[in-house]
Amino acid sequence: MGRPKVGVVVFPGSLDDRDAARALHLSGMEPVLLWHAERDLAGVDAVVLPGGFSYGDYLRAGAIARFAPVMEKVAEFAQAGHPVLGICNGFQILCEAGLLPGALARNSSLRFICREVWVRVEEETPFTAGLKGRVLRLPIKHSQGRYLPPGGSEESLAGVGKVIFRYADSLGEARPEVNPNGSVGNIAGVASAAGNVVGLMPHPEHAADPELGRTDGLPIFSSLLAHLEGKAPLAEAALPR
Amino acid sequence: MRYVVHVDVLPKEGILDPQGKAVEEALPALGFSGVEKVRVGKHIVLEMDGNSAEEVLARAEEMARKFLSNPVIEEFRVRLGGAAGEGRSG
Repeated sequence: MGRPKVGVVVFPGSLDDRDAARALHLSGMEPVLLWHAERDLAGVDAVVLPGGFSYGDYLRAGAIARFAPVMEKVAEFAQAGHPVLGICNGFQILCEAGLLPGALARNSSLRFICREVWVRVEEETPFTAGLKGRVLRLPIKHSQGRYLPPGGSEESLAGVGKVIFRYADSLGEARPEVNPNGSVGNIAGVASAAGNVVGLMPHPEHAADPELGRTDGLPIFSSLLAHLEGKAPLAEAALPR
Repeated sequence: MRYVVHVDVLPKEGILDPQGKAVEEALPALGFSGVEKVRVGKHIVLEMDGNSAEEVLARAEEMARKFLSNPVIEEFRVRLGGAAGEGRSG
């Protein structure tokens, strides 16, 4: 069996597609760049929607990208239970497309934030296998990263999604003071109810190459590799027998 | 017939609107007092062809619901108007 193939969607205005491809390569997978105008996912085993400013973030971040031709296939792929990861702008696109619950609004500070944060892993998914409870040091760089659950409160996520990452301190405590953007409940990333679609604002792909100093993001991609090599898609695995 | 439709998109009541808050706090500093609350949103002007006002408004409302606003964080209002930019201005 060859290396699993993982699609990285490239929208006009994507910035982090190359870093995502590099992180996938370093983790033992074969990245496949998928142009936004394609209507075919080229037989990939998983999809990553990278960060950037697709379509200039016009109207709202991700609002126009969700209508890209490739997104129809990504939606089908996600609904079939295959792993889909949205990073930063990719997370915003997944929320706009309704593949993840909630929305990302302007940071409460109104400022673009670019710095490193600590995030605590809350649940196991194809992207966080064996990482529950781990605290990762990852960069963030966004101006629309304030996560709001669909009904406003964290309780409204029940049944439609789950919290996967929270902004925390280095010891893993999700204190309000370390919340960089005003997200409800310090939420930095969520998953779909089935768990196969995951989105997060921090950038694991920027912390994956040892030459750039930090590799806290690598386990997210290694987890995907383990998932693709060992297990069926989560939604299928979760079906009653 | 050609219609002009105005769509106002505002952050939902009760959801923190940092932009509105920043404007609200800046107004007294500029000598404008008595403003209790400010919300900042978007005003979108659509020039549309259609057979009746009702039909055009219904289409605009669908656009607003599916695309021009995000129902999780925003609310919208659609209304028929005159030429773009009508009304008093500086």
